[in-house]
Amino acid sequence: MEPVIFQEREKQIHRKGNQPFDLECNKDSLAGAVSQRACVFCGSRVVLYPIADAVHLVHGPIGCAAYTWDIRGALSSGPELHRLSFSTDLQERDVIFGGEKKLYQALTELIDRHHPNAAFVYSTCIVGIIGDDLEAICRRVSQEKNIPVIPVKSEGFKGNKRAGYNAACTAMFRLVGTGDTTGISPRSINILGDFNLAGEIWIIREYFERMGVQVVANITGDGRVGDIARSHGAALNVVQCSGATMDLAKMMKEKYGTPFLRVSYFGVEDMAEALYKVARFFEDDPEILKRAQDLVREELTLLYTKLQEYRKDLQGKKAAIYVGGAFKAFSLVKAFRLIGMDVVMVGSQTGTSEDYRELHEVTDEGTIIVDDSNPLELSAFLKEKDVDIFVGGVKERPIAYKLGLGFCDHNHERKEALEGFLGMVNFAKEVHSTVMSPVWRFVPRKNQALNSSSG
Amino acid sequence: MSKKLKIKQKTEAYVSTTNACKLCKPLGACIAFRGIEGTVPFLHGSQGCATYMRRYIISHFREPIDIASSSLSEKHAVYGGGPNLKKGILNVMDKYGAKVVGIATTCLTETIGDNVSGLLKEFKEEFGDKELPTLLNVSTPSYSGTHIEGFHATVRAVIDQLVESETVEPKTSSQSPGVGAGLFTSEQTEKDSSETRPYILNTSKVNLLPGLVSPADIRYLKEVLDDFNCPGTILPDISETLDAPAQMDYEKIPEGGTPIAAIQLMGHSDATIEFGQVLQRTGNSGGQLLAERCGVPLYALGMPIGLRECDRFFEALEEVSGCATPRKHQLERGRLVDAYVDSHKYLFGKRVVVYGEEDLCVGLTAFLAEIGMKIVLCASGGNSGQFQDAINAVTSDIVSEPPIVKEGFDFYEISEEIESLDPDMLIGTSKGYSLTKKQQIPLIRVGFPIHDRFGGQRMLHLGYRGTQNLLDRIVNAIIEKKQADSPVGYGYL
Ligand code: SF4
Repeated sequence: MEPVIFQEREKQIHRKGNQPFDLECNKDSLAGAVSQRACVFCGSRVVLYPIADAVHLVHGPIGCAAYTWDIRGALSSGPELHRLSFSTDLQERDVIFGGEKKLYQALTELIDRHHPNAAFVYSTCIVGIIGDDLEAICRRVSQEKNIPVIPVKSEGFKGNKRAGYNAACTAMFRLVGTGDTTGISPRSINILGDFNLAGEIWIIREYFERMGVQVVANITGDGRVGDIARSHGAALNVVQCSGATMDLAKMMKEKYGTPFLRVSYFGVEDMAEALYKVARFFEDDPEILKRAQDLVREELTLLYTKLQEYRKDLQGKKAAIYVGGAFKAFSLVKAFRLIGMDVVMVGSQTGTSEDYRELHEVTDEGTIIVDDSNPLELSAFLKEKDVDIFVGGVKERPIAYKLGLGFCDHNHERKEALEGFLGMVNFAKEVHSTVMSPVWRFVPRKNQALNSSSG
Repeated sequence: MSKKLKIKQKTEAYVSTTNACKLCKPLGACIAFRGIEGTVPFLHGSQGCATYMRRYIISHFREPIDIASSSLSEKHAVYGGGPNLKKGILNVMDKYGAKVVGIATTCLTETIGDNVSGLLKEFKEEFGDKELPTLLNVSTPSYSGTHIEGFHATVRAVIDQLVESETVEPKTSSQSPGVGAGLFTSEQTEKDSSETRPYILNTSKVNLLPGLVSPADIRYLKEVLDDFNCPGTILPDISETLDAPAQMDYEKIPEGGTPIAAIQLMGHSDATIEFGQVLQRTGNSGGQLLAERCGVPLYALGMPIGLRECDRFFEALEEVSGCATPRKHQLERGRLVDAYVDSHKYLFGKRVVVYGEEDLCVGLTAFLAEIGMKIVLCASGGNSGQFQDAINAVTSDIVSEPPIVKEGFDFYEISEEIESLDPDMLIGTSKGYSLTKKQQIPLIRVGFPIHDRFGGQRMLHLGYRGTQNLLDRIVNAIIEKKQADSPVGYGYL
């Protein structure tokens, strides 16, 4: 096979085996390599996106805003400002003379029109170059309109997607501590890092409430400015998809002493463990743990038979994973095991060395671990490992389909709830429906394999 | 207070954009480059744009599109993106084996002032010892214009960089047409000159510049050229590269696209047919360049949608090819007229809003006027200054009340405007869905992007046949709505 690995990227790929584990990550993407990764702006847009009662104004040319218009599956139980795409649509003359006036005008206009509870203003590549003073404009409008107007420092080229997570957390942190904390129970949490894709946070919230734990703020899914403002009153931060909101948890710990736990809601094991972890945190109330156990038992009995059915068909099939954050990948590895499948390749756009080391521990021998990959590598790995299903996002989908193999969307754009116990069933169902579909018999790859094995 | 008013006065024309009815220039460039054989589109900018555009294009075509990026970071933004551009091209050569790299700039590299043409010259000198791909480039600052302008700018830039005025000898044999074209190496292989691609055999009779239409449209146009026995060069040709069959492997660069050699010979064709009423009025199209530089006569037509615009297209083909319109197409025309008659009562006076990219809107409007629909609003995010004129040109002789025409509109404004217009349906991209949901009226999806329905890439808009498809969809949408709203729900309508 012709080599598809760029020399400069060799250290970002590891095959679990005899060699000691040492994976490079968090580097700039290689020029010309068609990275699957986006920019700082994208990172911060993802995190703040589901705050539904804020105006999200993209200060830049139209593209950055247009490409992020309502692409995610984040639902709101009330206002839906997050689903609109606001932009200053910078033009040539703004690039020459500066875009501050336009920004001021746009903010004023949008706030008057929509009466949001806050406004986030995202800087993009070009704003970083022309040097508009976002901070000053935001301060001025904030005073005039009497709502928080918060700049998000997300110039596309100033780092990778991870830097965008940090920018988003810094922005949200400016809200934290500004609200009234009366009425918050000592047994209360904030949910961080869930985006309420297809209503997932409603499933999770309900679990916690059944356990007798109060949820103060959903940060960020189905998010509200007012909740975030009083979130420092909660006893605990429960952080999922730690890449995106870990920074906020750390800041809150430092300033308000709020402890945090890292969890995942994907797969049965991790979901149950998330509930137990929270219950154990509130150990002074043993009822909480008891209720958690009951809940898990109840939910499991419901899903167990269903999963067994799928498992019968899926046993021994092979899966590959390439997702945005590496933390999610752990849960996926476990979830696949639960339905009898083997994970043979796993990678992410933005994992940290800590993430990858953990991944290395939980995977089987021979598994490929990869950071910041691209279509050429991914397709080579998928072929080499002869997988049955590939898990990724929209950009990964055609890679799988062109190779004639199954695909499951597990990114921010999916419209199917995959979290929680119910989500595990949905996940198994989706995996089953693609892996078992008869269409793969007709694709050229399988055709050839069938012919050569029979001939 | 007085201070605030002052600011308002100064910038009174400005309103913020909510839900833009346009996309950015580099996206159009990427799609156009994707229609040239052996090309890897390459964005000179930071990583994000390339990734976002890939994602966006994939959601419509459901096809992979690898867009390379020079992945600039902070230090490049300060010291210039040249080194990364060169490194990126080398990587694309190395791993993709690209015959052509199509480089488009972005807001970032335009603003930091990278001179891409200069950098490419340097690159060719530095790496002259290697076998270099053809390097094409276009300037597409994302802060001006729209995706359509990026698309057209790319077509023009490609012609500008590949077609020379006098140096190419018209070819009569299968001898390599690349030789003498001068610019860059480009070998033509045996495989390329297969019979199924009439335009590569030798000089084409006609250059066809269709603009941003669907792969199905391009396939249709090829069929029409074939039927007229008229060898043509269609630029760009996304019919295979953005709607490829299932294959053995992940194709690094999908087959198909307009061959470089064919583009180099475009100056020797007998005529150019170019679609786009607005494009023509803006005065710097690829077809106009071919006319100026090489004297190729230009048939500047509207998009062939509806009888009158299609008739013009077929007349042009008759002239260029010297053949009468083949019976097959006459029959399609006849059936369309028949369908106009059959459907007229469903359609007459129905209020319709058309939006999207200007030239497609103009084409659709020409057609909608013919079937007696009342076009109440034509809106576009484009800002060419020519939209009103172009709409007038296709409606003035047939409608009694001209539609409202709005340039530089976004969906917030469209939504405000239609409050009082009480339309029966909207025709445009997927982006109008939330408006039609709110109004509980049908949306007929056309153009790009269509990402809430299946098969956007296989949607036919052009010719008698494409018009027929559109007509059927429009009539059926009206019948469906009538049935759904009716307490009786008649089974015969
Ligand atoms: S890379 Fe820059 S221009 Fe491109 S999407 Fe990101 S912020 Fe916008």
